[in-house]
Amino acid sequence: MSVEGALLLTVLLPLLGAILIALSDSRPNIRETITLATAVVLFLIVLQLLGHDTGSIELVIATPLPQLSLSLYTEPLGLLFATVASGLWIITSIYSIGYMRGNNEQNQTRFYVFFAISISATMGVALSANLFTLFVFYEILTLSTYPLVTHKGTEEAKQGGRVYLGLLLSTSIGFLLVAMVWTWHVAGHLDFTVGGILQDKIDPGFLPLLLALYLFGIGKAALMPFHRWLPAAMVAPTPVSALLHAVAVVKAGVFAVLKVTVYIFGLDFLHNTGANKWLMWMAAITVILASVVALTKDNLKARLAYSTVSQLGYIVLGAMLVNSMAIVGGGMHIATHALGKITLFFCAGAIYVATHKTNISEMDGLGRSMPVTYTAMLIGSLSIIGLPLTGGLWSKWYLALGAVAAEQWAMLAVFMVSSLLNVAYLLIIPIRGFFFSQPRSGETSVIKEAPFASVLALSLTALGCIAMFFFAQPLYEMMVDIFER
Amino acid sequence: MISAHLPALQVVIPLLAAPACVVVRQSTLTWLLALLVSWISFAIALTLLVQTFFNGPMSYELGGWAAPLGIEYAVDVVNAFVLVIVSGVSSVVLISAKESIERETHIKRTHLVYTGWLLCLTGLLGITITGDVFNVFVFLEIASLSSYLLVSLGPDRRALTAAFQYLVMGTIGATFILIGVGLLYMMTGTLNMADLAQRIPGVAQTTTVRAGFAFLVLGISLKAAVFPLHYWLPNAYTFAPSAVTAFMAGSATKVSIYLLLRFFFDIFSETFSLRTMRLDLILLILGVIAIFSMSLVAIYQSNVKRMLAYSSVAQVGYMVIGISLATTTGLTAGIVHLFNHALMKCALFLALGCIVFRLNSVDLKDLAGVGRRMPWTMAAFVIGGLSLIGVPATVGFISKWYLVLAALERDWWWLAFMVVASSLLAVIYIWRVVETAYFKTGPVANTEEAPLILLVPTWVLIVANIYFGVSAVDTISFATRAADQLLSTF
Repeated sequence: MSVEGALLLTVLLPLLGAILIALSDSRPNIRETITLATAVVLFLIVLQLLGHDTGSIELVIATPLPQLSLSLYTEPLGLLFATVASGLWIITSIYSIGYMRGNNEQNQTRFYVFFAISISATMGVALSANLFTLFVFYEILTLSTYPLVTHKGTEEAKQGGRVYLGLLLSTSIGFLLVAMVWTWHVAGHLDFTVGGILQDKIDPGFLPLLLALYLFGIGKAALMPFHRWLPAAMVAPTPVSALLHAVAVVKAGVFAVLKVTVYIFGLDFLHNTGANKWLMWMAAITVILASVVALTKDNLKARLAYSTVSQLGYIVLGAMLVNSMAIVGGGMHIATHALGKITLFFCAGAIYVATHKTNISEMDGLGRSMPVTYTAMLIGSLSIIGLPLTGGLWSKWYLALGAVAAEQWAMLAVFMVSSLLNVAYLLIIPIRGFFFSQPRSGETSVIKEAPFASVLALSLTALGCIAMFFFAQPLYEMMVDIFER
Repeated sequence: MISAHLPALQVVIPLLAAPACVVVRQSTLTWLLALLVSWISFAIALTLLVQTFFNGPMSYELGGWAAPLGIEYAVDVVNAFVLVIVSGVSSVVLISAKESIERETHIKRTHLVYTGWLLCLTGLLGITITGDVFNVFVFLEIASLSSYLLVSLGPDRRALTAAFQYLVMGTIGATFILIGVGLLYMMTGTLNMADLAQRIPGVAQTTTVRAGFAFLVLGISLKAAVFPLHYWLPNAYTFAPSAVTAFMAGSATKVSIYLLLRFFFDIFSETFSLRTMRLDLILLILGVIAIFSMSLVAIYQSNVKRMLAYSSVAQVGYMVIGISLATTTGLTAGIVHLFNHALMKCALFLALGCIVFRLNSVDLKDLAGVGRRMPWTMAAFVIGGLSLIGVPATVGFISKWYLVLAALERDWWWLAFMVVASSLLAVIYIWRVVETAYFKTGPVANTEEAPLILLVPTWVLIVANIYFGVSAVDTISFATRAADQLLSTF
């Protein structure tokens, strides 16, 4: 298969899957088989693309306006994101089957259809060759995840959906669109170019403003004060929270931030003008504040959501340190945090299916009834904190190195303090699960592990967290590739 | 050589077919006749557009009388583009009109709808194609009188008041235009547009010409529903038959905007109308007020048709802002939005037509749960709404892009932000409908999906919304050419 064909397929295949899923409405087994098959084939196609990452093969799908095209290409950062998202889609599909059936959720077909469309949009974001393409798929991703967020159709879901759509659309149309038109106006195109496209094209005095428009405009990166959509999105079924709101959607945000920093502004240009300084502090504030808020949340998914906000802040902060080490760290963090956080969400969902409990304070002693789930949760937490024997160590390592290289000691301190806060709000959950005693109540039912499909999925991702510790080298080399082209 | 007479045929064919409808009277036959004539007009308009784009402007002397004395039909890229919009909208909407109109209008009066429709089409095409300002007035009256008739044929008795209101306002507008034309004739002794353009600079400083200009601007703005002269529009759109609303929303105001462009840039010069008379500032302010206030008003409507009507006034605001910028990009934005807005509003009103067909209501509360019962109709409404908001890969995005670009070119930051901020208001009013349709559970009425003949035209327009949003190179090149031509001297 040619690279162009493979590129196009990454976007089209999930769409085709969506159509087939819609057609097999009344036959759940066939429907789920199609989902899984699509996910596996998509992953294989993305893997095949990995071999071609050095080339800059571009596929133009359409040209809406002169000098403005919908195009896809292969680039290390995008391939990494595509690999992570498509790989985790397989595992999430397995998990969904257990979760959706175990919970007897309504409208399962609609759920799988929009899930597939969201993946298609994610692939488009990951492989976009210019900012305009990224923006188009970014908006499709917002819209296609809306029916998933509001899946339950309750008043709460509707409210959550309003915040979700309201914040994401208003930031992207209100800021990102203006920033994009501005860039197009001064640079004449929006192609992702090594070294940036803005050098000598714009008065450096305007640079902080433009950068701010981008960073706040990419609402999916959840930079405070535009982070509220992420906790609001937690009304969605857990597989959605796991894959979309810990991996695809939020990573699309920070991915866009990294792309814009590296390929639109250019690291040297930003470094020389110092436009990044105040936004670096905004990211630092997000990292710390979100961690503190996470500490106060008793609802497990809400705590995980704020943890995600904080971890996304790491990557934005990495981008704003504007050196290659920090960018490498940020890129690796996309992958390691994805694995860690999806594990935690899987665990939260498994606990919900097994016990219908959502609050951490009610989960004392559950670890002894659900050992696999809680072990996975422990591993996931360790990875997010960044402790050895998990992949999370490496991304934090390089992020910290980036802070040192930039001689931003305050930022180094932010990384350290936040890691301590992570320990406080994440590790406490498995500790309470294993060591606290179960409250005495009149319940007679014996709590068991969640359905096999769900447990299998969360075990796989937990193992992935550990594997990343030992096999971080290829990941690192892939990221360094960004700067060697 | 029939092709040489295309400009005349463009107007004459629908004009002759209109009385034929009264003779035939039978509902289905009149519909078929109107449909046929409308598609012929569309084909002629497309031919004219292609010819003018490649061969430059063409002129047609009506009855063989030479230009200054006789009536000239002058076709260039600008009005050929508008001809295509008007006849195209009419043709697509007419497909669905039969079912929709038979449901909403008394069977004895359906042939009047098609008669009025064809007369209105004649008028609109005539205004657009003619090169003679008095002829503009004549066609304007034809279009206006027939549209009063069309509005009055609405299903509800309130249509009569709406039509009367429209009649009063419309007549004021038409009278103003006539006075304006008269004053210009007094000072220049000509009615031909090209002639006027040459002679006006000599007398531009006189109060008479300025007064004439003022009358013309007010009269046309009233017809175009430029804020705050939009008073007639919400009622007319709300109470007219659904198909008529879709037709009018896609054509009538568009033609008036075209007329403004013609007068501003060709007959009077850009310097005179925008700089000397300070219309750039006036239009800019009015446009900005329009996009905010009318979108806000739209948010509070309980009748979805009326909501879209207010949204139309807001959208006219975007076009006016584009014109007021008086740069190539600004004008391109205005002109391309003319086309894009026709596509999206027409699609939305057709979707509403489907809903009226099944539910006999467009009240927001009656739409509860309609998303499940009429999935295709509501899906069309959602996509049309997204286009109105300006989501990428729809035509609305192209308009927004150019308008923001035009504002940035002039370094008007505040304007760029206002344009995007106001489009967020559209999110609110569209999403009110979406939430009601999908999250509320309505009565368990066994409503079915609308019939195919209503759905197909709706979806044709929806697909066009996406198609021209994904490949806008052609529309943009037409619009840019038109803008360049308007900005250069006649």
